[in-house]
This record gives sequence, C-alpha cells and structure tokens, in this order.
Amino acid sequence: MHCYETKYDVIVVGAGHAGCEAALAPARMGCLTLLLNMSLDGMAVMSCNPSIGGLAKGHLVREIDALGGEMAKNIDATGIQFRVLNTRKGPAVRAGRAQADKQLYRLRMKNILEHQDNLHVKQGEVTALYIEKDELRGVDTRSGIRFIGKTVILTTGTFMRGLIHIGLINYPGGRAGELPSAGLSDNLKGLGFDVGRLKTGTPARLDGRTIDFKRLEAQYSDENPVPFSFSTKRITMPQTPCYIAYTNSRTHEIIRSGLDRSPLYSGVIEGIGPRYCPSIEDKVVRFPDKERHQTFIEPEGLETVEYYPSGMSSSLPIDIQIAFYRSMEGLEKVEMMRPAYGIEYDYVNPIQLHATLETKLLKNLFHAGQINGTSGYEEAAGQGLLAGINAALRVKGKEPVQFGRHESYIGVMIDDLVTLGVKEPYRMFTSRAEHRLLLREDNADIRLRDVGYSLGLVDEATYIDFCKKKEEIEKELGRVKTTRIGLTPEEKEWCSNHNCADIQKGTTLDQILRRPEIGYEQLEEIDYISKKLPKEIREQVEIQIKYQGYINRQLEQIERMRKQEEVRIPEEFNYNNIPGLTLEVQEKLKKYKPDTLGQAARIEGITPAAVAIVAVMVKSFGEKKVES
Amino acid sequence: MYILDTITAIATPLGAGGIGIVRVSGSDAESIGKLIFNNSKKINGGGFESHRLFYGRFHHPSDGSLIDEGMCVLMRAPRSYTREDVIEFHCHGGYLIVSRLLDACVSAGARLAEPGEFTRRAFLNGRIDLAQAESISDIISTSTDKALALAQSQREGYLSRSIARLRTLLIETLALVEAYIDFPEDEVDPLVTETVFKKISAVRVTLQKLVDTFNTGKVLRDGVSVLLLGLPNVGKSSLLNALTGTDRSIVSHIPGTTRDLIEETVSLNGLPVKIIDAAGIRSHNYDCIEQEGVRRALDKVAAADLILLLIDGSRPVSDEDIELVSMVGKTPYLLVVTKSDLPLLSDTSRFTNSVASCYVSTKASVGIDHLTILIYDYFVSSSVLLSDGAAVVSSVRHRDVLLRVSSSLELFLKNMQMDLPAELLSLDLREAISALGEITGETTTDDILDLIFSSFCIGK
Repeated sequence: MHCYETKYDVIVVGAGHAGCEAALAPARMGCLTLLLNMSLDGMAVMSCNPSIGGLAKGHLVREIDALGGEMAKNIDATGIQFRVLNTRKGPAVRAGRAQADKQLYRLRMKNILEHQDNLHVKQGEVTALYIEKDELRGVDTRSGIRFIGKTVILTTGTFMRGLIHIGLINYPGGRAGELPSAGLSDNLKGLGFDVGRLKTGTPARLDGRTIDFKRLEAQYSDENPVPFSFSTKRITMPQTPCYIAYTNSRTHEIIRSGLDRSPLYSGVIEGIGPRYCPSIEDKVVRFPDKERHQTFIEPEGLETVEYYPSGMSSSLPIDIQIAFYRSMEGLEKVEMMRPAYGIEYDYVNPIQLHATLETKLLKNLFHAGQINGTSGYEEAAGQGLLAGINAALRVKGKEPVQFGRHESYIGVMIDDLVTLGVKEPYRMFTSRAEHRLLLREDNADIRLRDVGYSLGLVDEATYIDFCKKKEEIEKELGRVKTTRIGLTPEEKEWCSNHNCADIQKGTTLDQILRRPEIGYEQLEEIDYISKKLPKEIREQVEIQIKYQGYINRQLEQIERMRKQEEVRIPEEFNYNNIPGLTLEVQEKLKKYKPDTLGQAARIEGITPAAVAIVAVMVKSFGEKKVES
Repeated sequence: MYILDTITAIATPLGAGGIGIVRVSGSDAESIGKLIFNNSKKINGGGFESHRLFYGRFHHPSDGSLIDEGMCVLMRAPRSYTREDVIEFHCHGGYLIVSRLLDACVSAGARLAEPGEFTRRAFLNGRIDLAQAESISDIISTSTDKALALAQSQREGYLSRSIARLRTLLIETLALVEAYIDFPEDEVDPLVTETVFKKISAVRVTLQKLVDTFNTGKVLRDGVSVLLLGLPNVGKSSLLNALTGTDRSIVSHIPGTTRDLIEETVSLNGLPVKIIDAAGIRSHNYDCIEQEGVRRALDKVAAADLILLLIDGSRPVSDEDIELVSMVGKTPYLLVVTKSDLPLLSDTSRFTNSVASCYVSTKASVGIDHLTILIYDYFVSSSVLLSDGAAVVSSVRHRDVLLRVSSSLELFLKNMQMDLPAELLSLDLREAISALGEITGETTTDDILDLIFSSFCIGK
C-alpha cells in the first residue's frame, strides 16, 4: 500500500449530497480536507427524483443555508421550477420545493468543490479503514493508495454492497451504470458495527418526445419563485412546468400480472423499503380499491428530453414496465430511456452514533447520509454538514456541536436516528418535530445563523445583513406594541370594512395584528410605516405576533424538559443491577447507550419511572467519582 | 422529571385516621398555600411564617367553598424535606376531605406527584444520601397494599380500555390532520371539518361521562354500601361491631335497641365499605320511634350495593325471616347465619337466591374473617362493579388528566370553527393526546405515521 505524502485533517468518503457538505464545511473552517469518490463524474448526482425541498425537507435546506452549507445556493442557481407548498395550513408547515436541472446541479456543485481552498477532490474507492493500535488513522483505496487523516467521514449512499433489481434479474451496482463499493461494509462489520440492509427504488426515465403533454394537466412554477437561500436575491433560471398523469384499472391489471416476477413479492429482496415512497406495485397491492394513482411527470433538465414519473418506482420486469407506463393516458407511445429499478444496500444502525454523528465504537469516525439509514438528498446534506463541522471541531480540539429537537429539523432528525435507530429508510416529516411551530422555514436564519457564523461558515457580509434584519424585526415588534390607534374616521371605516368594528380607540397595532382576519396586507392601508418595510421583516413580525400564544406554550414545554435534556449519562455508566429497573429496560439501555437522560426518555419502552431511577443513579455515580 | 414545577400528594395513608396531611413542594408552594389556606390573623405573615403551625380554614380555589378547618405549616427552602419550599395542610382524616384538599392544590396549580417524587427531589437537591434514595425504586415498584392494588388495577383495566378507545379516535383524527399537512401533493382527502367535529364532540361527551363517574360515582366517593338486615336481636349490631372493631352500636338483648341507622366505613382489604346497621324489623311493633327507623331501613335497602341478610341460627326459620327476602327485592343479598356457637336449628335451604352464605358467631369470634372475604370477593369480582360499562375514574390524577384532555379538545373545536390553520389544530390535538398518554402511555410519531401510511396511499 502506497502511503500518500499529504496528511489530511478530514477525509470524506463519498461525494453525494452528504459528502459534498461534509467536505465543504471543514475546508471552509480551515481544515485540510480530502474528498474521495469512486468516480469524479458521479459527484452531487441526483440519483432519483429531480427535486429539492418539500415539506420538512425544504426546512432542512434552509437550515443548511443558515449554517453556511451549499445546498440552498446550489438549487437556487440550477432550479427550473419553484413552488411554495401548503400556503394555507399554517406558518411552520409552509415549504419550498424546486425542480432542479440535474446536470447543472451536479456540475455547479462539482465546480464549487473544485474551487474550494483546503479541499482536495480525488477519485478513489475506499475498501477499508486504516486502523493502527485501535486508532483510526486513515483509509485504504482499491488502487493501492493509503490516505492518512485525523478524522474520517463515511457517506456511502447506496453503494455499499449495492444490488440492483429489475424483475428477477439482479446484479451488483451502486447506482444504474455504476459499480458498487465492495469490502468496506465487511470491514465495518468486522469492527463491530451493526450492518443491516435497506431497499429503495426509482422509476423509469421517459422520453419527452413520446409523451402527449397536451393531454396532461400542466403544473407551473409560482409566479414569484421564492429562493431557498437567505442570500439569494432572485431566481434567474428559466422556469418549466411539470405534468400530472394517472394510472387506470388496466395499468393495475398489468402490474398485477407481473407480480410473480417481482423481486419484492417473490422474496428475492431482503432489505426493508420506505413506506412513504412505495413502488407502484406496492400501491396497487396495498390499496386495491383505489381506482387510479397520480404521478407527476417532472423534467430532468433543460437540455434533456428525459422525464421522471414520480411515485412510479418499480422493480418489476422490463416488459411489464413498458406495458404499464404505456397504459396511461398521454403515455401510450412512450419510449423508456432508462428502466425503473430497485436497489438494496448496506447501512449501519445509527444507534451506534453519538448525536455529533461520531461513532460510539471508533473515535474520529463519523457517518452521514444513507449509511445511517436515511433517504433523501436534504436529510443527507444536513447530516453531512453536521459531521463535517464536528470532524473539523475535533481536529481543532474544540467541543462538538449538537442541535436540540427544539432548535432545528437537523436536531430532530439526528436525535431520532441515534436514539430510536432505523428500521426502514428514514425520511423527515414535519410531524416528527414536536416543537414544529418554532422550526419554520422563515426563521431558520434566526435559529442558526449565529452558530454558522461562530463556526466560520458564514461570511462577514452575510452575517452583518442578518444582524440588520434581526434589529429591524425587534424595532418593528416594539413599534407595533406601542403604536395605538386613534380611530380617525378613516380608521373607523377601515375597521368596519374588515369586520372589526369592535376595535376601541387606543388599541395597539399588535392587538389588531393578532386578529385572524388582519395581517400587514390589510394593516398597511392605515399604517403607512409598515408599507415601506421589507417583506421578510413583515412576515417575521406578523408570525411572531399572531402565534405568540402557541409559541409561548411550546417554549414553556421546552423549558420544562431542559433539565432532563442536559443531564449527561457517563459513557462508563453501568446499568447492571440497578434496583427497580426491569431486565428488559436494562438490556435496552445497554444496547442504545443514550448520551443524555433526554435521549434515554425517548427510547421506546423506557418508562418515566425508569428514567427517574437512572437520573438518581447517574447523580450518585457522579458524586462517587468525585469522592474517589 | 420536571424539577421546575410544584408537586402535591396526600402524605398520610388513605382511609380512617384522625388527621390527614396534604403536602405541596416546589417554588409555587407558598402561593398555592395562599390560595387555599385562610388565617384570620394578619400578623406572622398571615399564617405563612416559615416553620410555624397556624390554624385556619381551607377553601377550594375553584369556587371558594369551605373544605375544612385545620392547620397549615410552611417550610421555606432549604429547610424542608425536599429542600424546596414545602407547605403542609393538616385537615381531618377521611377519604373525602383529604382528596378534596388535594384537588384544591391541583386546581391551584400543583401537579400530582409521581410515586416517590418527593424523595427523589430530596435526593436530587442533596437532602438525603444514596442509601435512602435507593428506596425510591422500591416505592415505585411495589405497593403497600397488594389487595388494594389488585382491585384498583382491575378497575383501571376497564378505565384504560375505554380511554384506549378515546385515544384511538384522537390519533385517527391527528393522522388525518398530519397527512393533510405533510403530504400536500399526495391524494390525501382534505380535512372534512364536519366529520372531525362530530368525532371529537363524541369524544368529549364520553370524557364528560367518565369525569362524572368520579363526581357521582357511588363506589368511589362512598365506597360500596352494605346493609345489615334482619329481625330484632338477630345480632346485627354485634356483627357491625365485629366488622368495624369498635363499640359503636348499643348492643343489648332487648329487641329493638338500635333505633336509628348507624353507618360505619371500614376498609376491607383496601376496599372502602360502608356498613349500615338498620333498625331491627318486626311486623308487629308498638314503638313509633322504631317504626320510623324501620321505614328508613326499607329506604336504604334499595340504595345498598349488597345486603347482609341475618338469620338467627339458634332458632328455626320463621315466616318473618322469609318475608325479609321479599323486602330485599332486586338488591343482591348474602345470607349470614348468626350465633353459630349455639346448636344450628335453622334450615337455610329456603334462601336460594343468596349470592353466598356463611356462619358467624360474634360471641366466639368465628366466621368473621370468612364473611369479610365473601364481601370483598363479591365486590372485586362482581360484574356489577367491573362490567365493561362501569369504567370508573377513581383517582384525582386520572380525573385531572381527563379534564385537561377535554379542555384541549374544546380549544381544538373552537379553533376549527374559527378556521385556524391545520398546524395549530394539530397542536391542540397533540396536547390532548399527550395528556391522555399520562394514563395510557405515550403516543410516538411512529404511531401516527403508521396510521397515515396504512390509511392513505402516500408516495411521490
């Protein structure tokens, strides 16, 4: 094995959506970083759908941006359709979603990586971790080079022992047309990691020239596309529509006729697939009464005729695929350019991680993305960013960063992963966040900008802009709380026009804004100062005032839980022979090894009484240690 | 494990006892005390000088009604059992007053303490050492009165079942709301306000019924009532005394000595049983005072949960004895043959409807234990009390939870009518479900997601 002369601070294995953020963060924090990928043409590839964002995922993208990550800027620069979803269901469940030009997305990210100081991008397949005297020293590659690094971040995606299924035909592959990574997962198993198997899938890619778009319903971009990044001023890419098509009873018949050759139903696939993203055969089998299923036909880019039929993933044999796609209205003559396939891959149970994403078994080793059992570009990028940050902080000898469930979706996701583990591919939903109202897209910068700045990931100019914005919000909040309405004839008329004739003289503007029927849009008719305020300031103030009662309730809950959240359970803490703990609870705690009492409380089957006992024992454990 | 809030619990054993103590610990202890305890004097901080006992009256903060008179002592931190501010109310003993006082503390803002929580706080605040603290786990895992625990666990079994049904309805509704929020582009049906409204309103009706079982529930407020019925001088008063272990009824050989109803509550293996000794019944009597007593006894027959029908074992069964059976009517009865120390002359075969029968002699102290067991078994396994329809709320804690659930749902309905966004509606529902979780165990995100994925075809 040839030992490469440069010694790195951080080595990132894999350049997918997790790997890109995981490499950029430490490099930007001043650590010499190496990013290895099996193929340099395969960096930041959107292997499945062409979109970024959506419910909870859009929230993640904004958090990544607030912390100084790249994903939001990348999609803003390469997105060809932007929409805000859920505009009427509440402030915290609004989310942006964009269709990307896949090739532009990949190339722009590659360009950013290539021009990043402190970052070396190299082609290479990692086959094993290089460990010396039980300590992680670097990685070994298939081509015979050993890279030395202080920390290693694994972001292997679907590549570890990847197995592609099309009908009963299957062959090793990390993604269609690419080789799998062999050796690394066995290496991890040998080190004591709990390696399991998951399954996911992707639909076929269809030739747009053979789709009759006139017979499909078009869905256009929002008129004023809202960017993801707080730094993007305007979306400049041309915008294109998606199209809606439907399956029918004949489609379902064809699908059923192929089930005997489905690897899923014949038991060839062992890995567990995501329930929220079932294959079309799964939908037809599980919901037999449903007469049709909807699919969005999404463009893969501006310079390609390839289209992605979302929700139509499948691992059925190729003849069935062709037949069922062609059974749909508007797709009668469709040509399939790439077939749909299912893929099985190895992952490592994330309960073997700390909330910093460092593994509990091997110091200085971090895992991010699909290796942790998640799915989704945004979930991967969020983890990659945190792993990158913490690897850099380790190199610098600083305390790691962790996010609470009340601070960010990244925090919710990582806490779910490391305390509950993964049984099926994990995807973010807003319903997973118990403090959802606080974790909004619009306030991601207020929640996380300071952290990003203090880490050195947010530049000075951006931070100054942010501070100004915060000041303006405070100023406006103060103004509406102290400005009283004089009830002039004009104001009186306004009140009766807006169904609030009951407003008394001397009512403050914030009290008026609290009414469900009133927002700045109405208020500005009598409050000329607010007319000149920037849109984002008005949005913040309006939300903070309107939902103050609910927000305060959530803040109180958080305060009540804080004590428990903060109590750390020492690594060497022994759960054996604790009176009052059942054997089952002891076994669970030993397996999950929670870092804090808060984590312990969230493990399935751990009762409040058990947590109370552990709390007492942890306290006495600490005191005994101090004495001895 | 919320160390920040203020907790309360009854510190003395439930049931008989001269004094009952309700204890409150936490930063709000003093303000809660001020809401409940009223000392006539203005000096000494109005009765809130630390570590001094004051006399006054206890009022319920919800309606200002008088609960009892008694003593109150405030112990300011750190000189207290938990090293927090602690206030203790000393009132008269007995289930009713003490639980009402506890209820007052809860409505004044305290949370009901978990088992062992006072001790846990004492430890966490450094007041006691580990050896003492280890007993916490014992307190949590064992109950002092096994039989009581059994009776309660059975009762709670029915309660949990009906609460589980409510929980399912709430989770189903939440799943609807969450699916509507999280899957805007999947074909999830829009929230149908009308259906949801009906569903949640029905839940609230059930909740109210359950809460009512606490307020009016005979069994739990008064325990069960057992009426002693029999001809004069059959030995009712002696039996009452034997069961209660006191000498309250006047016992004499002259028939008709007991002229009024005498009630005594005893704890049979933890089950509160009110035993009523009614005036002896004779068809021909000349004493009008006793006649009045007989009339009242007959009224009580219908109201009793169980009748102990006493016949004198030393005499043959008379027609009057048989008449008693018809007086009993539909109320179940247990046949007690008294004076079993004397030769048995009565023929019990004519009392075929009896739920059980036994032979006692109060003079020789024979058979009392057996009778006790029979009474207890009757109630604990009785379908009357434990039938599915008889889910009863027996603890203040449960009632407290149900009330909170109900008010969250009220808010939910109100907000839905005001057309507030789904996200906020979900918060109210989640609060209701999390409150119910204090009885049924927590609802995890996965429970909700499971339901969403099984009810809707999700997947873009």
